[in-house]
Amino acid sequence: MTGLLTRPRAVAAALGFLLLALVAAVAPGLFAGDPLAADPLHVLEPPSAAHWFGTDQLGRDVLDRVVHGARHSLAIAVAATLLGVTFGVLLGLLAGLTHKYADEALSRSFDALSAFPLLLLALLFIAIAGPGTVSLVVAIGIATLPHYARVVRAQTFVVRQAGYVTQAVAFGDRRLTLVRRHVLPNVLGPVPVLAVIGLGEAILAAAGLSFLGMGPQPPSPEWGAMLSESRGYLSIAWWTAVLPGLVVTLTVISLTVAGRHFQRRFEGRLG
Amino acid sequence: MSDRLVSVRDLHVSFVAGGRVVEAVRGVDLDLHRGECVAIVGESGSGKSVTARSLVGLAGPGARVSSSRFEVGGASVGDFRPADWRRLRGGFAGLVQQDALVSLDPLRTVGAEIGEVLRVHRLPGRAKRVHELLATVHVPEPERRAGQYPHQLSGGLRQRALIASAIAAGPPLLIADEPTTALDVTVQAQILALLAERRAAGDTLLLISHDLAVVARLADRVLVMRDGVIVESGAPATLLSAPSHPYTKQLVVAGRRLAGSEAPRVATPVREPVLVARGLRKDYGRHTVVTEVDVTVRRGEIVGLVGESGSGKTTVAQLAFGLVAPTAGTVEFEGVPWSGVPERRRRPLRRRLQFISQDPLSSFDPRWTVRRIVAEAALGQDVVPLLDRVGLSADLADRYPRQLSGGQRQRVAIARALAPRPSLIICDEPVSALDASVQAQVLDLLADIRATDGTALLFISHDLGVVHHLADRVLVMHDGRVVESGPVGEVFHRPRHDYTRTLLDAVPTLEVQP
Amino acid sequence: MIVLRRLATGLVVLWAAATAAYLALLAAPGNTVDSIIGDGADTPQIRGEIISEWGLDRPAVVQYLTYLWRAAHGDLGRSYLLQRPVRDVLGDQLAPTLQLALAAAVLGITLALVLAITTRRPWSRRVSSTVELVLVSTPPFLIGIVLLSVFSFRLGLFPVAGDRGLGALVLPAVTLALPIAGVLTQVLRDGIDRALEEPFVVTARARGLPERAVLVRHALRHALLPAVTLLGWLTGILLGGVVIVETVFGRPGLGQVTLQAVTSEDMPVVLAVVVFSAFAYVVVNTLADLAYLVVDPRLRRS
Repeated sequence: MTGLLTRPRAVAAALGFLLLALVAAVAPGLFAGDPLAADPLHVLEPPSAAHWFGTDQLGRDVLDRVVHGARHSLAIAVAATLLGVTFGVLLGLLAGLTHKYADEALSRSFDALSAFPLLLLALLFIAIAGPGTVSLVVAIGIATLPHYARVVRAQTFVVRQAGYVTQAVAFGDRRLTLVRRHVLPNVLGPVPVLAVIGLGEAILAAAGLSFLGMGPQPPSPEWGAMLSESRGYLSIAWWTAVLPGLVVTLTVISLTVAGRHFQRRFEGRLG
Repeated sequence: MSDRLVSVRDLHVSFVAGGRVVEAVRGVDLDLHRGECVAIVGESGSGKSVTARSLVGLAGPGARVSSSRFEVGGASVGDFRPADWRRLRGGFAGLVQQDALVSLDPLRTVGAEIGEVLRVHRLPGRAKRVHELLATVHVPEPERRAGQYPHQLSGGLRQRALIASAIAAGPPLLIADEPTTALDVTVQAQILALLAERRAAGDTLLLISHDLAVVARLADRVLVMRDGVIVESGAPATLLSAPSHPYTKQLVVAGRRLAGSEAPRVATPVREPVLVARGLRKDYGRHTVVTEVDVTVRRGEIVGLVGESGSGKTTVAQLAFGLVAPTAGTVEFEGVPWSGVPERRRRPLRRRLQFISQDPLSSFDPRWTVRRIVAEAALGQDVVPLLDRVGLSADLADRYPRQLSGGQRQRVAIARALAPRPSLIICDEPVSALDASVQAQVLDLLADIRATDGTALLFISHDLGVVHHLADRVLVMHDGRVVESGPVGEVFHRPRHDYTRTLLDAVPTLEVQP
Repeated sequence: MIVLRRLATGLVVLWAAATAAYLALLAAPGNTVDSIIGDGADTPQIRGEIISEWGLDRPAVVQYLTYLWRAAHGDLGRSYLLQRPVRDVLGDQLAPTLQLALAAAVLGITLALVLAITTRRPWSRRVSSTVELVLVSTPPFLIGIVLLSVFSFRLGLFPVAGDRGLGALVLPAVTLALPIAGVLTQVLRDGIDRALEEPFVVTARARGLPERAVLVRHALRHALLPAVTLLGWLTGILLGGVVIVETVFGRPGLGQVTLQAVTSEDMPVVLAVVVFSAFAYVVVNTLADLAYLVVDPRLRRS
């Protein structure tokens, strides 16, 4: 990937932003006031010195809501990614290490699962379980699972055939030792980087679903929900939608830039 | 047009890579006269390919070319615009690279590739001309072949098609960059014969190769290149009989392995067998890769297994190692049944049988340092003496294999193979990927190991010279069978089987022309 | 033979998808009968009628097989909410959605091809890469909202909502197409870069071929290979994105139907939409696999 965003300064900026987002998620009180504090006298005001991001239709400070929203959005995304990665890796390893028929069955299941668009799969789940945070986490986790499983499975195959595995046989390694020493570390190598990039996708998916009203319900300051609420005021108060949206975009960009940077470093290590 | 096709003085070509300036060619003079055959010989990194390619303006992306004189076809290249270069390419000089499988577009038919030259240079009668060209390079059934894709043709036919596309527009100059490197020895001889034919038909040839023997018979003049400069030049006969530059001497010695005299080998006492394989057969589906193969390796012996690609020699190595189970036949190692036996029964003896492969890098765990790699095999022994034994300094121990050169990596592989004190090491093409000068060093190391430790070697190679240099006994394989076997001197100087004879004849040797 | 295997695999995946969706349906808490009744009259007699009418008293396996059988024949059941065959419910709304999806696909692919071929110089490449990254990282509804704000509200160039006329198609199609173009351009450009490093490109140049011809006649074909494998993924993105884009721009279509069905727990409709999208994905994927065989002769058995 070329681009202005591969330069070290850009990567540093990305990491800095992510750090900021992390702190905001963990301790929003450090930066912002009460996201629920409505001020009917100052409804739909454009950005100013008092309210950097302006106010929304109930007079709440948009920036406060964005900062608090970070916690919700990031938490959902992290939980969903953890879910997807954990089960994806387990199933992918299983598929890569077992014999042909089990692998076939597992691979077809991954294919079947990924035949559903992420959004629709999530909607199906929500239709069953109702909207809310947990639904989003589980839905996105299940939808992203096949991607991780497939990558891990492919990597397992590559490693199984690798010369150093053959050599380990020559040293009398038992199968389990071999898996522990050589296969696992080499297979799991690419996973953290994938997870970072996947985190960005999870944020987008969560925001999209919230926008449709399927996520945490108002007055929760979750980013997607904020954007959904702002739709009606678009023509008169663009800042209620665009500025929070920019924050989401910036977060995802930072995750992608950071993730790809580490991906290049990691690939470099593999020679 | 004048008699001098190319005249270059003081050529410099440099590249910018990762912030540094790399000078690939540092002051080369080159003259090519009509009808001659000139060869540039050197190892990888010598700058020979870059020199040849800069003659058609394709030195490489980001290349900076400068010279005091650069005339091609009588015109000075400094005035060239892109359209002039395009006319020159294919029209004045044709380029043939190695390995037609990747040098021809795999997604287009052979006929389309050749026809493209005709289209670009606006030559009429495309379809007919393509067939004629294929016939000129001796491709049988040209009509049928023209509609096929490169992967559907054999290595030799592909390379001929590539040559056909290079001569399609009738250029007076043919540049061949390692044209035979990816080919089997017998096919290599055919392609060289084809090039000689082109020369006889009036083409001027510029041959690039790392192998002096390949070009010796064909070339009028040989230029030896190293590190971007020409260290010596002259007629092949002169270079072979009286090389003046030490580097040339090194190359000549490395290439001379096959033509060694039949000095009687030191008779080794016949010891007990370490590996006995009988009646080996391996089928993959309906395809029989190996059949009726017997191999015996005795303690302290070096047994060579030669054959071209597809002969089954690699499969025999895998069967002997126990990596693959034979469809029929048995393997015994150290008197213990080795094939058809569950791994846990083989495990106690595993460490006495080691393996070295052609590409050591893939046999190393990419996350491990050299120290850890050797330590895995050394089981508590100190790693440094082992590294020392193979001629590696101790400070390399904490580096990663990808940071080492090809020769160094192979030494690490050897150190690792030695650590468990094996009785037999199976080597599958261990030096094929190395430069000539480095090859000799690694081979000498292996010979030394046998002499000192009494380790037996089963040495698999397609390179007859290498096997001749190292082995006591040799088995010749063809189409999955062993066609001849015996002491090296016998087989190489008094071959009995036809195939062995063909193989030996095809190997280019460095004989001094009378 | 490869063709048959691909088709068979496609069918297996489709079956697995349909089954997975059905199993999800079974896992739904709450009584199906309650969902059907909704806010209507609720008496034991009506319940009994509903049970027998919908076949809810038959064993689970029979219900499943009936479902498969019917689905294979295009009968997707009846909507709980609207009391109409699902097929009709979907059929009415399919046209505008397909229109949007196709427009976005064509736009996205064309844009990607043009950009990949024309942005080869370092400067334009860097700018394009950055823009692509931003597009891919922006939530699609935000792109839609921004476009809507600028081009509809401010400049009044396009209608604000609805699906009448070609004008109403432009902004939604662009919104959907931009992230797709973002990814495809990167893939194509990477593919072209890698192809241009191959030895056959040196041979092509050595024949005197102009650089543009090298790019289009040789490199592009190789670059299309990894891109073709993305077609199935593309379909998924389109069908998922359509829901969001239709909501932002107030267009009728499958998106609206789906959302309504989700909020009212109208399971047959939701199921049908999901299975339909899986069907589309499998069809496109299989076609893409077959296209791959056409483009790359190395994969064909001689």
